[in-house]
Amino acid sequence: MKTCPDYIVQYMNDYLDGDLEPSEERVLKENLVTCQDCQQIYHELTKTVAFVQSASQIEAPRGFVEATMRKLPKQNQRSGAQRWFKQHPLFTAAAIFFVLMSAALFTSFNNEQQFSFTKQPNVIVEGNTVIVPEGEVVRGDIKVRNGDLRVDGELHGNVTVVNGQYMASSGVITGEVEEIDQVFEWLWYNIKEGFKDAASIFSNEAALVND
Amino acid sequence: MDALVNKRIAQVIKGDQNAFAEIVELYQHRLYQICYRMLGNKHEAEDIAQEAFMRAYVNIHTFDQNRKFSTWLYRIATNLCIDRIRKKKPDYYLDAEVRGAEGLNMYSSIANDDELPEDELVKMEIQERVQYEISRLPEKYRAAIVLKYIEELPLAEISEILDLPLGTVKTRIHRGREALRKQLSNL
Repeated sequence: MKTCPDYIVQYMNDYLDGDLEPSEERVLKENLVTCQDCQQIYHELTKTVAFVQSASQIEAPRGFVEATMRKLPKQNQRSGAQRWFKQHPLFTAAAIFFVLMSAALFTSFNNEQQFSFTKQPNVIVEGNTVIVPEGEVVRGDIKVRNGDLRVDGELHGNVTVVNGQYMASSGVITGEVEEIDQVFEWLWYNIKEGFKDAASIFSNEAALVND
Repeated sequence: MDALVNKRIAQVIKGDQNAFAEIVELYQHRLYQICYRMLGNKHEAEDIAQEAFMRAYVNIHTFDQNRKFSTWLYRIATNLCIDRIRKKKPDYYLDAEVRGAEGLNMYSSIANDDELPEDELVKMEIQERVQYEISRLPEKYRAAIVLKYIEELPLAEISEILDLPLGTVKTRIHRGREALRKQLSNL
């Protein structure tokens, strides 16, 4: 029994992979005609390939997709929030505005700790109390911060007391009285004022247009 | 198909987890098949195939969309399979029944160096036998043979999946085929 050179088996493999040179192919074919052993090997190789290829195509079990999807990590909270912001730009803008706004108001509330009031003629100040004395008439609004207000005379205007007390008395007030001593009320008041200002701008404009 | 897959990938990157379901749908059978042929065990195949999809999902932003998604996905899966095979090498279920061998478990064949007796082999169904012979190949040949003859992928793609030069892939297929030929010489 003669042994064929090793490259013959190499040729067979190359041939099976479809990249054997035509010249080498001729060598291989001549060899296969003459050598029984090589024929046998070649036959076995092709049989092996056919055998492996006969393996039936198998499919993933039922419910594989669902099971896989369940195993995926949940989208984390942060990216979820980011996505929400991206999808709702208007809300995001409003939220940012609100946050900045309230921060500004909050600081202004904290910063304004000293006693202050709207300067009006005819009013007296005793300690931290603003007094509209008896017999006096004040025309205009009074705003008192970090202090109290007592009206004994007449006040033709609105009263706003922040962080203080409006002391009920015998005086006459023709406007509204408002006491603010909570941060949130203060915020709310500022926002309301902001809207009132905005509204007055618009109504002024409207008035201009009408003129 | 690549265009559709890339569209879905873009959606997944944007955070649409549901778009990934379609990708799983598209590739589930091929990926499961690769895992099953590599591992020879349905539970493990399912486990690893799911793990591969999960890794693909988590790392989807690293996928280069100019390339073929299947290549990238198969690469993840074959790497996981090879890892699994290496880890559990000495770990045979000794008391597990051997396929197609009633009452015969691994204890009875361990003396034969993990080779079933001739008459057991003959009794095997052809499909079982294919799987059995593939699973006896060393894992590096196994991956190449599975991708070449079961998935019928071109050599260039196999070389990309296995991250090996084309020549090495050819050698592995030759050796795998040769090993199978010897294993099957009694057929």
